[in-house]
Amino acid sequence: MSSIAQKKGFGATIWDFMTTVDHKKIAILYLISGGFFFLVGGIEAMLIRIQLAKAGNDFLSAGLYNEIITMHGTTMIFLASMPLLLAFMNAIMPLQIGARDVAFPFLNSLGFWLFFFGGIFLNLSWFMGGAPDAGWTNYASLALASEGHGIDFYTLGLTISGFGTLIAGINFLVTIINMRAPGMTYMRMPLFTWTTFVASALILLAFPPLTVGLFFMIFDRLFNSSFFVVEMGGNTIIWEHLFWIFGHPEVYILILPAFGIFSEIFAIFSRKRLFGYTALVFATILIGFYGFMVWAHHMFTVGLGPTANAVFALATMIIAVPTGIKIFNWLLTIWGGSISFTVPMIYAVAFIPSFVAGGVTGVMQAIAPLDYQLHDSYFIVAHFHYVIVGGVVLGILAGTHLYWPKMFGTMLSEKLGKWTFWFFFIGFHLTFFIQHFLGLMGMPRRVYTFGADQGWDLFNAISSAGAVFMAIGVIILLVNVVMTTIKNERVGNDPWGDGRTLEWAIPSPPPFYNFAQTPLVRGLDTFWIEKMDGNKKGMIFAEPLGDIHMPNNSIIPFVISLGMFIASFGALYFLDGDKPWALAVLIIGLLITFGSMLVRSLKDDLGFYITKEELLEDAKGGKTDGH
Amino acid sequence: MDINQKYTPQSWPDHPETATMEGKNKFIGFWLLLAAETVTFATLFATYLALKDKGPSGMEFSAAGLFELPLVFAMTMILLTSSLTSVYAMYHMKNHNFKAMQAWLGITVLLGATFLGLEIYEFNHYLHLGFGFTNSAFSSAFYVLVGTHGAHVLFGLSWFIALMLRNAKRGLNMYNAPKFYLASLYWHFIDVVWVFIFTVVYLMGVIG
Ligand code: HEM
Ligand SMILES: [Cu+2]
Repeated sequence: MSSIAQKKGFGATIWDFMTTVDHKKIAILYLISGGFFFLVGGIEAMLIRIQLAKAGNDFLSAGLYNEIITMHGTTMIFLASMPLLLAFMNAIMPLQIGARDVAFPFLNSLGFWLFFFGGIFLNLSWFMGGAPDAGWTNYASLALASEGHGIDFYTLGLTISGFGTLIAGINFLVTIINMRAPGMTYMRMPLFTWTTFVASALILLAFPPLTVGLFFMIFDRLFNSSFFVVEMGGNTIIWEHLFWIFGHPEVYILILPAFGIFSEIFAIFSRKRLFGYTALVFATILIGFYGFMVWAHHMFTVGLGPTANAVFALATMIIAVPTGIKIFNWLLTIWGGSISFTVPMIYAVAFIPSFVAGGVTGVMQAIAPLDYQLHDSYFIVAHFHYVIVGGVVLGILAGTHLYWPKMFGTMLSEKLGKWTFWFFFIGFHLTFFIQHFLGLMGMPRRVYTFGADQGWDLFNAISSAGAVFMAIGVIILLVNVVMTTIKNERVGNDPWGDGRTLEWAIPSPPPFYNFAQTPLVRGLDTFWIEKMDGNKKGMIFAEPLGDIHMPNNSIIPFVISLGMFIASFGALYFLDGDKPWALAVLIIGLLITFGSMLVRSLKDDLGFYITKEELLEDAKGGKTDGH
Repeated sequence: MDINQKYTPQSWPDHPETATMEGKNKFIGFWLLLAAETVTFATLFATYLALKDKGPSGMEFSAAGLFELPLVFAMTMILLTSSLTSVYAMYHMKNHNFKAMQAWLGITVLLGATFLGLEIYEFNHYLHLGFGFTNSAFSSAFYVLVGTHGAHVLFGLSWFIALMLRNAKRGLNMYNAPKFYLASLYWHFIDVVWVFIFTVVYLMGVIG
């Protein structure tokens, strides 16, 4: 078990990533696959905008259009935004709290592979008879009537990847509860750790209703049950409730980590402590709490009655209050700071007005009577793209620039970064601002074309032009990544020069055990405190140098997920009649999954130790690598 | 943590399940998992209540007509007793008395298996009456709620058996103590869910 790194061959590298349980490598896996799905979803978006660029267009057929909008929404939410945020949570959160890894490294890997196989399964629908076409919300009345297996790819794929996300959520919660370094009290945790914590709690409580709803749908479509079949006494509204009981918390699962990233950025590049740290923490918790009490604002037009609508309208308006608190805290953090407009900071500053615009339309939609006009129109499309692109995606792009050096040890080009920003930002507003008005003019969402006499041509053309700008921005980002990787100019511990939290006190990228000695935390922004005290090491230590216990790599998470992937094909074709092998495939898949779980539970896995001597050698300049 | 370290009842810690970092992590992680499971069952209960007695027009089945209490009452008692026996097992685990723990776990498994057998008998009975999974929204909701619980029982039993066999020769240590503890925690959870099923599905069903 030599600790000196050897140059690895390609196959060995792949194997290493397939078996890794290191949170930093898993973060890279999430980043790559989330990035890949982001591109796939982006291509789907471009197809949508091409189709809508002019009236009466026949670039896409109506049916194909439905498949593309469904897959665009599903991909962007579940397979792009979530994993990209999970990438940063994995890469950064354990470092911020001074931990050597997450609480359950094995489960961390399992969570990733479940997500990955679920995403691949969902996208295979394109090549296996057609994609789902009932919208990302998959309302039962549409979904049960949909022919072919598209919907089944959706339900099975999301079930698998949902398990992965749930596991990730539990893992982060336990990590934050149990693995904080000495002195890292809850009220000294960096805001990104806090938002990871609350978002994970939301994952824990919001994903089960979705999973149950998906199971109902699987049973209804594949095993002839009748949860949603009205003639048999079923009720399609149950799906809507379950979906939105999950769905609204989900939007906060997405935005809270982005808030966390922005909070870090505002403090770092204003060279100031966050204004109102405590208020920010409590606003985060409040948002998480209220997030569960507003789901029916997606169902105002269903007919739940005036009382229910009034209650949910009020609750929805209340949730805007803690969000407003956060906005003011950020503004006051910038106020009087010594600001440097790096790429992450530019994104952060641009985020504020963009997101506020989305919040304002949100509160408009919360007015139930008004929502009867707005619902299912392009106004809604504009709203959620303002909060998701203007909030979540800007956060992800900002985080990519901010944390790239910590994850890869190289700095993305600031110059190209600014080009990306301007193209993306201008394109974003060009695409979506005008959609508010299209909505008010009556253009419905999810309809594949419109007539020349409806007066929507010009605005749609403008919107499509904006999408091209965004695409150019993303392409420049890709160029940036490639060039940075080729140049490979290594950076030090604190490449931005103004890091405040623990992750900036250790090498970029960190050794696989993160901290040779566990740090002792003396306050909020602990690295900053040590810097101000002139401590050259950047931290003080809670323990002497000693042997470090680390977990073993394992291929089992990959195999468990592969088994579920195989079993899903069996379930999908189970009732097809002409496919007698389906049952066998289902059983084989489940056997692989449960068999490998059994192996995991029967085989002792006690991890290994890095010795003090190896650590000392590392400190001298050798580089330790996992095995 | 050294897996080969030998303990005596004196050197064995009071709370072996949380005596190591791994144990502590598992302990908290498992409680969180149970929170997610609680939401899962809450969702199933809500759906069941919404679809209770709902079916195609002219459906002959209703909760009041279908369910009978004697058998499910016996099942309830058996499962509750098995929870008690698993408590005895954990008592002996904490006293580092491996043999007694295995014995009580064995009894727990037997009781659990009896419960499962009776549940299969009950389902079979309904099937013969024509109340199948695809009969109505009511039957779908019933079988998925009670069946999900049954699947949990099956999983819990397999977990106990796997642990007992795997550790039969080597006894208790710091590595497997948390596993035994969590399996029994899981067993209690399953038990509590059943109490709700007994109340909501059967008692409230029979009353009408
Ligand atoms: C100030 C806070 C917010 C309020 C008051 C609000 C309110 C609403 C309301 C009332 C609707 C339903 C409109 C309708 O369908 O008729 C809606 C839709 C939506 N919102 Fe928000 N929202 C807020 C923030 C957010 C955030 C932060 C996100 C995501 C990060 C988000 C994502 C969405 C999505 C995806 C939909 C549409 C779902 C669909 O029908 O496909 N919202 N919002
Ligand atoms: Cu909502």
